Amino acid sequence: MPTARPTIAELAGQLAAGDTSSRELTEATLARIEAADADLNAFINVCAEAALAEADAADARRARGEAGPLTGVPFAHKDIFCTRGVTTTCGSHMLENFVPPYDATVVARLKDAGLVTVGKTNMDEFAMGSSNETSYFGAVRNPWDTACTPGGSSGGSAAAVAAGLVPAATGTDTGGSIRQPAALTGVTGLKPTYGRVSRFGMIAFASSLDQAGVLALTAEDAALVLQAMAGFDPHDSTSTDAPVADYAASLNNELKGKRIGVPGEFFDAGLDPACEQAVRGALAEFEQLGASVVDVSLPHLGLSVPTYYIVAPAEASSNLSRFDGLRFGHRAAGAETLEELYKKTRQEGFGAEVKRRIMTGTYVLSAGYYDAYYLKAQQTRQLIADDFRQAFETVDLIAGPTTPTPAFRLGEKTDDPVQMYLNDIYTIGVNLAGLPGISVPCGFADNLPVGLQLIGPHFGESVVLNFAHQYQQATDWHQQVPGDAP
Amino acid sequence: MSLSRQDVEHIAHLARLKVSDDELDEYVDKLSRIIDLVAQLSSVNTDGVTPMAHPLDIGQRLRPDEVTESDQRELYQENAPDVVHGLYRVPKVIE
Repeated sequence: MPTARPTIAELAGQLAAGDTSSRELTEATLARIEAADADLNAFINVCAEAALAEADAADARRARGEAGPLTGVPFAHKDIFCTRGVTTTCGSHMLENFVPPYDATVVARLKDAGLVTVGKTNMDEFAMGSSNETSYFGAVRNPWDTACTPGGSSGGSAAAVAAGLVPAATGTDTGGSIRQPAALTGVTGLKPTYGRVSRFGMIAFASSLDQAGVLALTAEDAALVLQAMAGFDPHDSTSTDAPVADYAASLNNELKGKRIGVPGEFFDAGLDPACEQAVRGALAEFEQLGASVVDVSLPHLGLSVPTYYIVAPAEASSNLSRFDGLRFGHRAAGAETLEELYKKTRQEGFGAEVKRRIMTGTYVLSAGYYDAYYLKAQQTRQLIADDFRQAFETVDLIAGPTTPTPAFRLGEKTDDPVQMYLNDIYTIGVNLAGLPGISVPCGFADNLPVGLQLIGPHFGESVVLNFAHQYQQATDWHQQVPGDAP
Repeated sequence: MSLSRQDVEHIAHLARLKVSDDELDEYVDKLSRIIDLVAQLSSVNTDGVTPMAHPLDIGQRLRPDEVTESDQRELYQENAPDVVHGLYRVPKVIE
């Protein structure tokens, strides 16, 4: 395991000073992946040749004096983002050989900024999972303990950043899929406000919840990447044209006089005592920084998991109906009728968890059940969102744990889907309400990292990044490296 | 609440998923557990609560109905498993 993990800000400084080149950084990155990824399985696809070409283009751009703050920095994309000419699997057998004819908007924007894509990271199949164990390409291992999961669904991105293979990578977060793996691997994971980043070319799971974000080593790096990703996209009618803030500009704002709300509902009986201790320690640190910590209540938060497991599977069952064996993706052999072709293709192409979610969604939307399940869930979803809105009338930020426990062992929760779902109990409400959230490392439990979750109001990315950056200026939990004793 | 084997077979048909007999009991067990989880909502009083239509409480954006894309059929069909003369081939549907 590496003992040095340079940040994007540090690499950008070295590139600007001429101390290194993008080619040199990219070659070193590819060598690190080659050496470490047999243990971690963080990458589905490493694109060495394309990466070196992009690195040379970045060096040429710098020589012309046209480099931006990200130009030439090695980077990875979760394999849910379409990359033109590069296989994009979404962790599924269904898309094992799918080569997108276009770039996702996130990919195109980060390419324009000059980031060098070294590969596509492993993930739960169609982002449905909290442990990376549903990937068709095998589970990812946690760099802190390879018997443990890195979380999911953006587990490959989280493990790659934690192990120092790349300084940052994209993720997507539908119910916690950026923040939960960030917490379990000790990195910084930012999920922006719903609609802040385009979903165009991001393979759809649950369209009213999905949002792209970034896993990085610091809040400062997350701000740099978000700056390049965010903004209106005419290709995504749910992307917002609200102005994009200057995220770096507010990182150093003082926290004096700011109010942090702590919901009692986040500190329930399911929270591991060592995780609670780490999170309470972080809250005390914020008080040292001049913020005040007050109690708030989110009385409907306990409805988040059941609400989510109606809304998300319902949307998934609709989104995944496109996989028909005809236009792209896997096609079953030997089907005699069109219906048999659909059924066999989908039986063979999807894994067990994806099929469970498609069937759950189909059931709750089926004739006679819509009002009892889907309509009811959209009402409880509104109650949950209203709780957050009321809380933000009196506080600037809401804080609590990201997950109830540190990383769990591979295989520990695969027998019972409901146990797996409950792992996202603190993150799901944020998606249902469309809010921005970040997870930052705040300590250890059983030698495994613990994540602190900071939640902001709609379009409050600057707020959560400011709090996270100030915390990281005062603490060094985010600088702890796997392999070094914490 | 427990789903029956017939329920799961019906759901699988609606979802156009083939489920083999030896997989069926496991789906019955696990889907029943998931439905038990989500059925907790039935006890929540939601009288008068407007169902959420959009997480940001805004309407859907509309755009002018203008042609902005060019024909790229050949490019898109490169990913199709079975194409003849620019058409997607399917099993015979008309006797």
